[in-house]
Amino acid sequence: MSTPLSGPGSATQAPGRGPVGSRPPRSRAARDHAPITLTGLAGKVLLLGLTAGIAVWAAFPLIDGRNWAGLALLAATTAGLFYLYLTRRHIPAKYLVPGTLFLIAFQVFPVLYTASTAFTNFGDGHRGSKDEAVVAIQTSSVTQVPGSAEYALSIATKGDPATGSLVFLVTDPATGTVSAGDTGGLRQLDAADVTVAPGGKVTAADGYTVLNFGQASARSKEITDLVVPTAGGALRSSGLSRAYEGKAVRAYDAGCDCVRDTGTGQTWTADNEVGAFVAADGERLAQGWKVNVGLSNFTRVLTDENISGPFLGTLIWNFAFAIASTGGTFLLGMLIALVLHSPRMRGTNLYRVLLVLPYAMPSFAMLLAWRDMFNADFGLINNMFGLDVDWFGQPWTARMAVILVQLWLGYPYMFLVATGALQAIPRELTEATSVDGASPWQSLRAVTLPLLLVALSPLLISSFAYNFNNFNAIYLTTEGAPFPADNPTNGATDLLITYTYRLAFGGQGAEFGFAAAISLFIFAIVAVVSTVSFRRTRKQEEVYS
Amino acid sequence: MTTLTGAARTGDAAGRPPVANRNVTGRRRNRWFAQVGWRHLVAVLGVLFSLFPIVFVLSAALNPLGTLSTTELVPTGGVSLGNFSGLFERTAFERWFLNSLLIAGVASFASVFLSALAAYAFSRMRFRGRRVGLLSLLLIQMFPQFLAIVAIYLIFGTITDLWPSIGFNTPWGLLLLYMGGALGVNTWLMKGFFDTLPRELDESATMDGASHAQVFFRIMLPLVAPILAVTGLLAFIGTINEFLMANVFLTSSDSKTLAVGMYGLLQGNERNNNFGIFAAGTLLTAIPTVLVFQLLQRYIVSGLTAGAVKG
Repeated sequence: MSTPLSGPGSATQAPGRGPVGSRPPRSRAARDHAPITLTGLAGKVLLLGLTAGIAVWAAFPLIDGRNWAGLALLAATTAGLFYLYLTRRHIPAKYLVPGTLFLIAFQVFPVLYTASTAFTNFGDGHRGSKDEAVVAIQTSSVTQVPGSAEYALSIATKGDPATGSLVFLVTDPATGTVSAGDTGGLRQLDAADVTVAPGGKVTAADGYTVLNFGQASARSKEITDLVVPTAGGALRSSGLSRAYEGKAVRAYDAGCDCVRDTGTGQTWTADNEVGAFVAADGERLAQGWKVNVGLSNFTRVLTDENISGPFLGTLIWNFAFAIASTGGTFLLGMLIALVLHSPRMRGTNLYRVLLVLPYAMPSFAMLLAWRDMFNADFGLINNMFGLDVDWFGQPWTARMAVILVQLWLGYPYMFLVATGALQAIPRELTEATSVDGASPWQSLRAVTLPLLLVALSPLLISSFAYNFNNFNAIYLTTEGAPFPADNPTNGATDLLITYTYRLAFGGQGAEFGFAAAISLFIFAIVAVVSTVSFRRTRKQEEVYS
Repeated sequence: MTTLTGAARTGDAAGRPPVANRNVTGRRRNRWFAQVGWRHLVAVLGVLFSLFPIVFVLSAALNPLGTLSTTELVPTGGVSLGNFSGLFERTAFERWFLNSLLIAGVASFASVFLSALAAYAFSRMRFRGRRVGLLSLLLIQMFPQFLAIVAIYLIFGTITDLWPSIGFNTPWGLLLLYMGGALGVNTWLMKGFFDTLPRELDESATMDGASHAQVFFRIMLPLVAPILAVTGLLAFIGTINEFLMANVFLTSSDSKTLAVGMYGLLQGNERNNNFGIFAAGTLLTAIPTVLVFQLLQRYIVSGLTAGAVKG
């Protein structure tokens, strides 16, 4: 909700309309003679000390990780801050830098990062480099071959049994030595630190929490996937109490730049265009690597038939949703504000208190409550009106429902600002029209409405921009449903932003690159719409003021 | 009160006025309805529309059975507070509440302060890059932070590796993230407020030997304090309702905020059974905001429209 609220100021103060710098800057002499107060000095020392403390705290992990670039950036930032607040010059910067630092780190940088991700195939199966993909392919192809060594296995974690990283504790049947293994490899443990039961199973080890059967089976999927690389191949679990050392069936051959399966003889050749190993028949190995794919994420939106059709529909619905939400809330809010705006009307305060309640309620919770009011089986709406409608099951009822919910959530805000704007319109204007013999309707149309529109149009634009990306409105109600039978990624009520979210974090494999490309589309649309309409409203204001 | 008589009178006018002066009264009442009565009628309809979902939540919270399927608009099956105690017994509601208050409180305070600092510079000082700075803030504001959610997720993956105490599942990481959006959202608004203060004030203070920091803290801030409070309150409500990034960030039950935690209550198989305690949680969440909101309502109206009308 914060975005539309901040609308009015940011909107009206359109570029270049601030007070123009007509006054000469204050003389430096006056500033230099300003006394150094004790509180000022103490505050400065305290804040700079805190900065230094945070910098030192942040430096250690960077040094540990040998991240020299990060360390240099940290040192430069800290030095810059010290210089800025110790010198008497650069006064505007002293006020601008704190917010700007956060802005750059958590807004500008992510935006640029998004832009660069949009040109790659980054996502599940394309996360790391080619070398990492090769290692992953080799270790995951480890299988048990005749003569593989077998070990007694205990599953342990470092820290919490439910979330800590998994470790295999294995006992060599020949020597009786115990080793701990994770994705980094196998390490031998000191015999004094471990307790081994007869049969070779480890029951306790210093620094590790040995999982019982229940705890281990809760994480059986992770245990099956854990591969511990060893000198002769890799160690995998076979059930929860045995492990075997198997051999990698697939190996990378630098000569042909391909992966060869020693069992079947099949080969998959590296394709650096798509970042994957591809067989002659087109089959791809699941583990690929991250490559630059140029504009293909953008062209995919337009050319891939499975995407472009639903995407166009989503785009149109997204505009319709934003326009209907903004327009509907504005009309209803303005109507009620006009109705209550009458000198003969009593009890307006009571009405106002009750009318704005939806705005003060936590919107995330009310969205969820509305979702259940539209429940097909035992929702309030169906019960109250004796209907039997599966609201979120059909495209048009679902769309109507989300717009109705938006109307409920948004109109009190419009009512509030319309009331404020109405009170700011001088009464003489409307009185003058009635003296001139205009009917109330004529004076409303010719005087009140135009003035109201001028005052509120910047607000309407920011409200449009907000609703265009109103993630909560969809995700907390329909979650994009209903989905067509053949396309589980793009539903009838999906906005571009919920669609993007599903692409990146949905259940079917993350497509970060593609999601980032769509984010850039959304940004372009919102920026164009806002810029065009801001220009129009500025022209309007010049006419009226 | 007024509303009821309004509705009743219109009913009367159509129904059974005294026979003797039927026409006179009827006409007077018709005129009353044409001028004021219909306004009450529309307002009452508006109030009904505003209230019925809230009444539904209230009745769900008091419903002794606590399921969605047994909840009616008006509680007919008796009233109990069992959902409220259930909420505290079965969920980490108090943790979520505290997390939300902490994150939203610190984030709104810090973001208002940071943007007030920047707005002071933009409003009172003339320097190179001022216009460019203001324009780029406007542009950045158009790119909502959550559109970069993918990048943020990856960046914080690295941060979690390096500094776990400001990474995922901590309130501090989320706080840092929210502060990133602070400048873009509020600076223009605040600059508008600072511009309305007469420059003679701070100039005379400078003449008297006040430093720029003293002018800011001693003169400017106290003058705009009520508006800062309102802006802060709105930022607070906005942060409490923020769901998208919090949902990506906070996955362990103890670190969740109200939005993420209560969303989880209505997921999966327990959706029907948990509705009562969910409604109880909604009411508890609403109490502070509704109270403050009603107290500050007058300022909110003027604060929202200040920029819009004054231009």
